[in-house]
Amino acid sequence: MAEEKFDAVVVGAGPAGSIAAYTMASKGMKVALIERGEFPGAKNLFGGALFRDPLDQIFPEFWKEAPLERAVIEQDFWLLGKDSVSKFGYRNEKYKQANTWTALRVNFDKWLAGKAEQAGAVPVYETVVTELLKEDGKVVGVRTDRDDGDLYADVVIIADGVNSLLAKSLLIHREWQPDEVSLAVKEIIALPRQTIEDRFNLDAGEGTSIEFIGETFGMVGVGFLYTNKESLSLGIGIMVNDLKKKRIKPYEVLDGLKEHPMIRRLIQGGEVKEYSGHLIPEGGFTSMPTLAGDGWMICGDAAQMVNAVTMEGTNLAMQSGQLAGETAVAAKERGDFTVHTLSQYPQAIRNSVIGKDLKKFKGLHGLMEDKAAEVLFGQVPESVNEALYNLFLSDGQPKKDKQKEIMRSLRQTVGGNLGAVRLAMKGWRAMNG
Amino acid sequence: MSQSIEERLFAIRYKADDKSHLIIRDQEVCLNCVTKECNFFCPADVYLWHDDENMTSVAFENCIECGTCRIGCPTQNIEWVYPKGGYGIAYKFG
Repeated sequence: MAEEKFDAVVVGAGPAGSIAAYTMASKGMKVALIERGEFPGAKNLFGGALFRDPLDQIFPEFWKEAPLERAVIEQDFWLLGKDSVSKFGYRNEKYKQANTWTALRVNFDKWLAGKAEQAGAVPVYETVVTELLKEDGKVVGVRTDRDDGDLYADVVIIADGVNSLLAKSLLIHREWQPDEVSLAVKEIIALPRQTIEDRFNLDAGEGTSIEFIGETFGMVGVGFLYTNKESLSLGIGIMVNDLKKKRIKPYEVLDGLKEHPMIRRLIQGGEVKEYSGHLIPEGGFTSMPTLAGDGWMICGDAAQMVNAVTMEGTNLAMQSGQLAGETAVAAKERGDFTVHTLSQYPQAIRNSVIGKDLKKFKGLHGLMEDKAAEVLFGQVPESVNEALYNLFLSDGQPKKDKQKEIMRSLRQTVGGNLGAVRLAMKGWRAMNG
Repeated sequence: MSQSIEERLFAIRYKADDKSHLIIRDQEVCLNCVTKECNFFCPADVYLWHDDENMTSVAFENCIECGTCRIGCPTQNIEWVYPKGGYGIAYKFG
């Protein structure tokens, strides 16, 4: 493949890269789609749920052909205590018109990359991009680990995932800090279809998603349990900064959750089919790097496009891939691949739901960096469970006294009245930019 | 139904290269590292400090390529690149 010239080279066949490649190839551009895995999806995982938008706009009614698992009709949030759980959940029959699906990324990513291939993108798999080729400060192609492995292109779309060594070589982001990323470990636990539907109170094809906090040794962490067709995805994401401090092995936190009485029963009898781990970029708005330059654009996880509050990443990746692809098509028409034209892409990101949502939640990072996190993820779940236990306990104590005692103990958990106000203000800022 | 980490890693499909993609830059730095955090935060137990040999061993063939060590090592003492194209982990479910 020596000296071969493409209109565009896309690095990484995950959701961002495959959509970017599809968008450009379907407009007649000559595109190479490079993936380091044995096949697209080989290195990828998520919780995971996939949302209707924006994929529906790119492939209308994709759910009729995409390899999805179950249509989510119930979303739950649990606060775990040591031997207890406080549950908040929402279920609606309207979700029979599905809005969210559970999925497995190995199947999904393969399907999505196939769409780019069908549109004419040239698959270059089992290939690592080792560096960006530059001339006069402009990116002009990529060097790969194949023999004669240089590929030239007018534009390189960098979608190489959370570790993005290429973005680092461009010096557009410094190394992520341990408080900007979480490590998620996950297991696929096989169970018969009917057992899953009985245990989670579901009709055929329906699914549940559960997210939970608590029982993570005070570390900033969110657990998740998703129902697939014939398996459960159970995992936990923990901020790397906290893992470093606590010196607890990530899989031991997962083991603890598996033995929790409220989770143990749900996974009982299941067979672990796969253990996996992946970093999640959770720095949010302030961690996003410069998004375009002369001859390049960057998308998805590589650009920190994850909404840690709503647990969205895959759909943001796909949308960023689409916007970058459209910008490349416009650049091709204009015959200009300098930052002058490519800066349409960061502009489009800012005006999209990606820019707006990440901006809204930009205070979240601040909420996670000090004592507040330990309170929110450690003491609050335990304290709420304790309060509810006392409230429901029949012990002859007048309800008025109980209420007073509960309020007193919750207040104490968050550090008195002043602490409660401080936490509420931080929380407000986190949720409202 | 909790398994050992060895059993867990055994179930993942790997195609191991004969050359490590993870390199400890300087074992002397590990010797002086007080916390040796990599022995804990790695989800695949790739790193292990040996008191008798004064060195950190690297079981790169168990690596699930997450990148935690690249970010987590307090002295950036781990040189981290991707395995060769097509090598390393290949998940079945993801």
